[in-house]
Amino acid sequence: MKENLEIRVGFASCGIAAGAREIFEELEEEVKNKNLPVSLKKVGCVGMCHNEPLLELEKGDETTYTYGNLEKDDVKAILEQHLEKDKEYEEKLIPGRGEYDYFTKQHKVVLRNSGIIDPENIDEYIDRDGYTALENVLKLDRNEIIQLIKDSKLRGRGGAGFPTGLKWSFARDSKSDNKYFICNADEGDPGAFMDRSIIEGDPHALLEGMLIGAYAIGAQQGYIYCRAEYPLALKRLNIAIEQARNSDFLGTNILGSDFSFDIQISKGAGAFVCGEETALMHSIEGERGMPSPRPPFPAQKGLFGQPTNINNVETLANVPWIVRNGAEKYRQIGTETSGGTKVFALAGKTKRGGLVEVPIGTTLREIIFDIGDGLEGGKEFKAVQLGGPSGGCLPEDQLDTPVDYETLTEAGAIMGSGGMIVMGEDDCMVDVAKYFLDFTQEESCGKCTFCRVGTKRMLEILERISSGKGEMDDIGKLKKLAPKVKQHSLCGLGQTAPNPVLTTLRYFEDEYSEHIQNNNCPAKVCRDLITFTITEDCVGCTQCSKECPVDAIDGEPGKLHVIDQEKCISCGTCKDVCPVDAVEVV
Amino acid sequence: MTTKQLQTDEVRTVLKDFPPEERSLIPILQKIQTQRGYLSKGIMQQIGHYLDTPPSKVYGVASFYAQFRFKPLGKHLIKICHGTACHVKGAETVTETVESELGITMGETTDDEEFTIERVACLGCCSLAPAMMVDDTVYGKLTRDKIKDILNNYIEE
Repeated sequence: MKENLEIRVGFASCGIAAGAREIFEELEEEVKNKNLPVSLKKVGCVGMCHNEPLLELEKGDETTYTYGNLEKDDVKAILEQHLEKDKEYEEKLIPGRGEYDYFTKQHKVVLRNSGIIDPENIDEYIDRDGYTALENVLKLDRNEIIQLIKDSKLRGRGGAGFPTGLKWSFARDSKSDNKYFICNADEGDPGAFMDRSIIEGDPHALLEGMLIGAYAIGAQQGYIYCRAEYPLALKRLNIAIEQARNSDFLGTNILGSDFSFDIQISKGAGAFVCGEETALMHSIEGERGMPSPRPPFPAQKGLFGQPTNINNVETLANVPWIVRNGAEKYRQIGTETSGGTKVFALAGKTKRGGLVEVPIGTTLREIIFDIGDGLEGGKEFKAVQLGGPSGGCLPEDQLDTPVDYETLTEAGAIMGSGGMIVMGEDDCMVDVAKYFLDFTQEESCGKCTFCRVGTKRMLEILERISSGKGEMDDIGKLKKLAPKVKQHSLCGLGQTAPNPVLTTLRYFEDEYSEHIQNNNCPAKVCRDLITFTITEDCVGCTQCSKECPVDAIDGEPGKLHVIDQEKCISCGTCKDVCPVDAVEVV
Repeated sequence: MTTKQLQTDEVRTVLKDFPPEERSLIPILQKIQTQRGYLSKGIMQQIGHYLDTPPSKVYGVASFYAQFRFKPLGKHLIKICHGTACHVKGAETVTETVESELGITMGETTDDEEFTIERVACLGCCSLAPAMMVDDTVYGKLTRDKIKDILNNYIEE
């Protein structure tokens, strides 16, 4: 045995789902049973979800090795190689942070600690300059802080991109002894997991950001509104808040100043519309989470009728960095109109997916093809979906669009909260539009007629088209209804609900027409428009016939099987299970 | 003691941890559902009484949020993710496989009260799509065979 090792296991929700718990337990057992000179640490998301479960092993001289796609048996081998032979275990060695081209174009501001520190230990955050920004801020005048944030050009990362410093100044200007500061952690967009990962990986950065903001606007009480679907994030937040209280960062007269502030967690109860700020506040108050008209804006009359400021998790996690490094340095990372970085949840059909943080202004092509390494299985790129149900699908010729609030809106999508789903040749755009409309009409709170009924009618039209019953004037109907839903809805949910339909119509109208005129789904997704048949290549293994959920396949062992089209529901099971690829979709 | 009294006492124990204010309503509903699995009519009446608010208001709030249930659940709750990444990677197939393995459809509970299936908007594990969650455990990169193995493990328990 040569020297002490530190092993860090990526222990965010997706790491755990991929098997990190088994790996960690195996490590613990080995280290304990054999009394090995190894310290173990659970860390947040390292960002390369495509290699989960993974670990980083750091030797005493700080050389670091990264191992990915681990299985339980690899643990012993890794420990043996390093401790007994002082060699790496080549089989599962993957390129680490320094050398992996996955990270070359990334720039870690928000995620600088994620995957490195133990999120359940405040000392590790403090060791990396944590809470120094708060200390410095407490010596400053409120207006100086707000000016600093304005100068940094930090904008709301929840999607709308409102300048954060300006928002804070509104709440500061409202006169009240009882102001609230809320963090919106109700990350509801399907396909987005940035906020969850930030909380799971570096919860104190969020708390410090909130404290700075609360001091700047003069708030005494804070709330973090977090989805109940994120149990690990909630657990780590609770631990972080308790630790911050014990270290005098939360409570009365923080660090000997006259600033007092405490934070309470409010658990969301599963309503997408609560991501909208007025709905969110009603939910904290114990009401149905329905939006109300603005004005009055929350900065004047918000939670419990008091001036309130609401920011998203990622926005706040940027704040300590800006205070420590200065507005100028932050602004330099981004573009003319928008400073800093944006975290994206890159998923879908890319080869490499995960949590990606890039300077604002990076192009979509760089993210998808340089960081994500293109599409899996050599498939052709078709579209990238940004901004979830409020966003849109952009095609190949829009890939050189830099990610920025204005450019993406102009292209028909939105920056959104950061979900980025890559789609390939076998994804159907009508189906994607239908998927999102199904989501928004389900999640519409029902207050505004156009959102409640309009989205339902739009969904019905899309269902008609995807089932081969569409008519050519359906496209016109969609185009006519969409702007009305946008105009006559009170909140962001309805105002953006038609976006997925509008962008797919803008860039992929041919695909709609093909469904309507030729009863053909080019991507072979819409079940009513496709037929499965078995080709001569069939070896008669009977696998498909056994697996078919509706018993639609006949055939004797060793002989060609046949699908009964009357019974077939086009579920694709036969195609999935066929060992010789003898099932064809037409 | 009758079952009904027992229930009342249990609920009373939960209630006393919360101030009798409107803002306590959602946390109370969450706590009770965590303990009992669902919200019964009687319990909602009791909560209304405690908060001095009509039971219709309690039900109005509870029924607005997807988290709350008004029927008992099976022993294991299966949440099938229908996020965007899961959708394009075959959430529909996952749903069909689970449904046909358990012989129930979305939202239902098996006759032996072992399993309930629910559809959820997104579990936030997009890089592991398609995914589902059984109780508190997330399973990712699902295939038909993997789903069958997972379910069998719970059945054999």
